[in-house]
Amino acid sequence: MLGLGVDRLQADINRLLTSLFHQGVLDEQFLQLQQLQDDTSPTFVYDVINIYFDESEKLLRNLRLLLMDREFSDYKKIGLHLNQLVGSSSSIGARRVRNVCVAFRSASELNNRPGCLRGLEVVEHEYHYLKNMMHELFQVLIHVISYTHNSLYNYLIDPT
Amino acid sequence: MARDGGVSCLRSSEMMNVGIRGMESPPLDVDEVHVLAVDDSLVDRIVIERLLRITSCKVTAVDSGWRALEFLGLDNEKASAELDRLKVDLIITDYCMPGMTGYELLKKIKESSSFRQVPVVIMSSENVVTRIDRCLEEGAEDFLLKPVKLADVKRLRSYLTRDVKVSNGNKRKLPEDSVTVNTSLPPPPPPLINSSDSSDSSPPLTISPESSDSYSPLSPVEIFSSPLSSQLDEEDDVLTSSPESSPAPEESPIRRQKMESPGLD
Repeated sequence: MLGLGVDRLQADINRLLTSLFHQGVLDEQFLQLQQLQDDTSPTFVYDVINIYFDESEKLLRNLRLLLMDREFSDYKKIGLHLNQLVGSSSSIGARRVRNVCVAFRSASELNNRPGCLRGLEVVEHEYHYLKNMMHELFQVLIHVISYTHNSLYNYLIDPT
Repeated sequence: MARDGGVSCLRSSEMMNVGIRGMESPPLDVDEVHVLAVDDSLVDRIVIERLLRITSCKVTAVDSGWRALEFLGLDNEKASAELDRLKVDLIITDYCMPGMTGYELLKKIKESSSFRQVPVVIMSSENVVTRIDRCLEEGAEDFLLKPVKLADVKRLRSYLTRDVKVSNGNKRKLPEDSVTVNTSLPPPPPPLINSSDSSDSSPPLTISPESSDSYSPLSPVEIFSSPLSSQLDEEDDVLTSSPESSPAPEESPIRRQKMESPGLD
């Protein structure tokens, strides 16, 4: 009983991850992160991704504020923010977000305001897609954990 | 996990303060590789720190070139080399950083007398050949393309080990003046080596597999717990000149002992 339930959840995780890899949302760097998780740092992947979300949202907010300003002209600043986003996205394996940030950055290098606005929209879209997918993944993982705990608990109460 | 650019290890100067009050030493494992990582991105700092820790390095991660210089004691004009015998085995820095770039940091490190021999590795997300060449010309040991992977860091670790085992006159030696220090400050107490404590270093960085019993006649613990200077000198000579000593008599703990306790002559 214990095995079957966890297997199903594990299959869900695998399916989700495989899909994300196929779509190019994630790349192999995401797998590298998993290699960094062990008993001494058991929630590493979860922690890093959450920090990535915090940092990215700050940057995206700043980018939107900059571009919404009618008198905006600081393309260099946009570029700096995007360098950060490109870097951190690539470090956690968020390939699609990284790629659309690079495209956005090209527009900023050409001082192309409408291009930047479009670029920002695309980045925001990809970012939120990734975030939702990660949340889904975490939800399944939480289910695995609580399922395992419940099963273990039940087993300990009544090992029949 | 560390979320700030704070310093996470003891400086030698702090060790010295501890020594003044008594003969206690902080549990500094001299055999551990200590890496200074510099990156303005929090996410990248966390990843690089984890990559290094998982390969048994002690890590200090800072968020800017300025903080790196500050940590190394290179941030002001006065020569603080004698006061701050910091043990840094490798510096790994991002190239693109606001304020001071990794390249500028590299130059400053190579210009310093205390740290010019520390290998510096540059990381960058851009594969720009001219940038790579420039860094290598300025003395960078290696150039890593981001995102950095475990295999990259393992490779770095392996050539650090090689350096340390090769010879006495290698990159990890501190400059000559640190050996004949004549400041008014008491010398740092010899650090205790507790080899059973190095549980997260597998394999131990600087000790070759067969060498743990080749420090004869004295084990590292005995060497480092001896408080008397003359005794230490004697032991030094015994270790380096004895034919029974390990195949590489310039094994790092011995050399490091010289580095760490220079004023005991």
